[in-house]
Amino acid sequence: MYSLISPDGSVSDRLPLTLQQMKGLYADMLEARTYDRKSNAMQKQGRLATYASFEGQEAAQIGAAAALEPSDWVAGTYRDAALMWRAGYPWKHLVAGRTGDERGGQPPQGVNVLPPSITVGGHMIHAVGLAWAEKLKGSSRVALTSFGDGATSEGDFHEAMNFAAVFSTPTIFFCQNNGFAISYPRHEQTKSESISMKADAYGMPGEQVDGNDIAAVVAAVSVAVERARKGDGPSLIEAVTYRMGPHTTSDDPARYREESDGDMWRERDPLLRVRKLFQNAGEWSEEWEAEMEARATERIEQAVSEAEALPVPRREEMFDRMYAEITDPLRRQLDGEM
Amino acid sequence: MTELNIAQALNRALDTALDSDERVLLLGEDIGRTGGVFRITDGLHEKYGPDRVYDTPVAESGIVGAAFGLAIAGMRPVAELQFMGFSYPAYDQIINHVARIRNRSNHRFTAPLVIRIPFGGGIGAAEHHSESAEAIYAHIPGLKVVVASTPHDAKGLLLAAIEDPDPVVFLEPIRLYRAVKEDVPDIYYTTTIGEVRVEREGEDITLISWGAMMKETRAAATMIEQEGGSVEVLDLHTLSPLDADGIVESVSKTGRAIVIHEAPRTGGLGGEVAAIIQERCLFSLLGPVHRITGPDTIFPLKRSEGHYLPSVEQIVKTAMRALEE
Repeated sequence: MYSLISPDGSVSDRLPLTLQQMKGLYADMLEARTYDRKSNAMQKQGRLATYASFEGQEAAQIGAAAALEPSDWVAGTYRDAALMWRAGYPWKHLVAGRTGDERGGQPPQGVNVLPPSITVGGHMIHAVGLAWAEKLKGSSRVALTSFGDGATSEGDFHEAMNFAAVFSTPTIFFCQNNGFAISYPRHEQTKSESISMKADAYGMPGEQVDGNDIAAVVAAVSVAVERARKGDGPSLIEAVTYRMGPHTTSDDPARYREESDGDMWRERDPLLRVRKLFQNAGEWSEEWEAEMEARATERIEQAVSEAEALPVPRREEMFDRMYAEITDPLRRQLDGEM
Repeated sequence: MTELNIAQALNRALDTALDSDERVLLLGEDIGRTGGVFRITDGLHEKYGPDRVYDTPVAESGIVGAAFGLAIAGMRPVAELQFMGFSYPAYDQIINHVARIRNRSNHRFTAPLVIRIPFGGGIGAAEHHSESAEAIYAHIPGLKVVVASTPHDAKGLLLAAIEDPDPVVFLEPIRLYRAVKEDVPDIYYTTTIGEVRVEREGEDITLISWGAMMKETRAAATMIEQEGGSVEVLDLHTLSPLDADGIVESVSKTGRAIVIHEAPRTGGLGGEVAAIIQERCLFSLLGPVHRITGPDTIFPLKRSEGHYLPSVEQIVKTAMRALEE
């Protein structure tokens, strides 16, 4: 498994990132965690629908997005808020989506991040089509699709991997292997030793990386992105990580996993090791951390206020969203004539 | 003008689309080198090359899912699924993604793609090759569902589907592919999606059908007229959105209606058409709205096809009875 930063903050190889870049990524992870914790709190207060926490997966998500250019395509899942945000999708829209507002699915023009897929696995092939179109248009854009270990059991994983390889599309398959698909553990999900090795069967490169090591994730995804941009086709990256929280706010992980597993992974926390790295280099202070935390809190609170301030959608909006132009049957139904 | 059958007209439509819009591309199983199982894409791979007309791996979900991504990123893909029974593996993509992305993203992302599906029985095919599941697609919000029954309409409707800013399920009546010929304009033209096609005007009774059953409906209309009835024939040709006004206008005039479809009766679109009629022109009716449909059985294999498909005689008999009402 490819890694660069150990849980104790020591570095095994030369980092591909400057200290300044690492600080930026750390602040991004901090902001993502702030969003995640705020969302959990809001769900408990009844302000959000079911929420799927990504705590523990910040390095995987921020790292993958950091390897992309702003106009690249992203097709992710309901657990990918950090990835989507780092790729340009505003927090406000992510919050709005979870409050139950379709306007949350409408990122600003220029942000090529699809709203999250709620069904498991169907979206991976979308990143094949998106990348394929960019290839045909002669652009250098790539498409990254993010999914979990459970999604690799879906038939659509096979179809997407196969299509991407056959048509050599600039697609990056980014699997966050967080150990569980709701309650079903990774070792039961597939008898393959790793998920990354599945790439071999499709004729594309696969790499397993420590998903809690942001430098390693950035480096591995960057290689895949570079390969895709050059026209050398798709890759599969397996980021090994751990879902610290439940599957969603309606799930109780105590029913299917040991708490001690979580303790082990807490020591491998993606933020902790970067903080240790800064500390080892004499580049960390409580003031800076507090400043970054305050900035994150302010941004998230701002996004939450803006999302919650959106007026309740009008009834006609539900009809208006169906087609480019409302159809006659819908017009009648909207007017109450049925 | 060139005299063409439906298969040829569809081929010309795809040729015209590929020629006039570089965003258009075709993908599907065996549509390139062999021109498709029904030869609808014959010659297009040679003419436009493998970067416009793609043979794909055998994966219906993959074909539709990839077409969906292509469409979002600005292309105009036309996907072919070989038979309606093979479209079921693509349901998840069609229903959960293709039909929903405009709603999910509040218009930010759209999927203007066409999914061509040959459908219906009557050619003695193997199991899964004779399905008429149009009602399932017409039931899904966010899709448009169309089906042509003449060569002229086949070309215009397919070009309209490709132009449409929303996803269109384009059904092709297998039994009619090579059964009817007529003059088809060589130029680019489109047929309006969402309006019934009044194929024959009449005063006493309205026969409403679509797809392959239009053949029996036409034959029945001619026989009924020979018996002295004046028949109006509607080709619905857009199954979603349904043109309720067009149906109501016709039945308000004739006072009698028979809906004819090959699909199983229960939950079939015949029920929807009958409901529209009773809601909006009950007091013009001189008798009940009749349905002539396939039974609620699995479409049988070759030797029993005759037991399944509605016949000309059935339509004539029902119409003659209705004309006495």
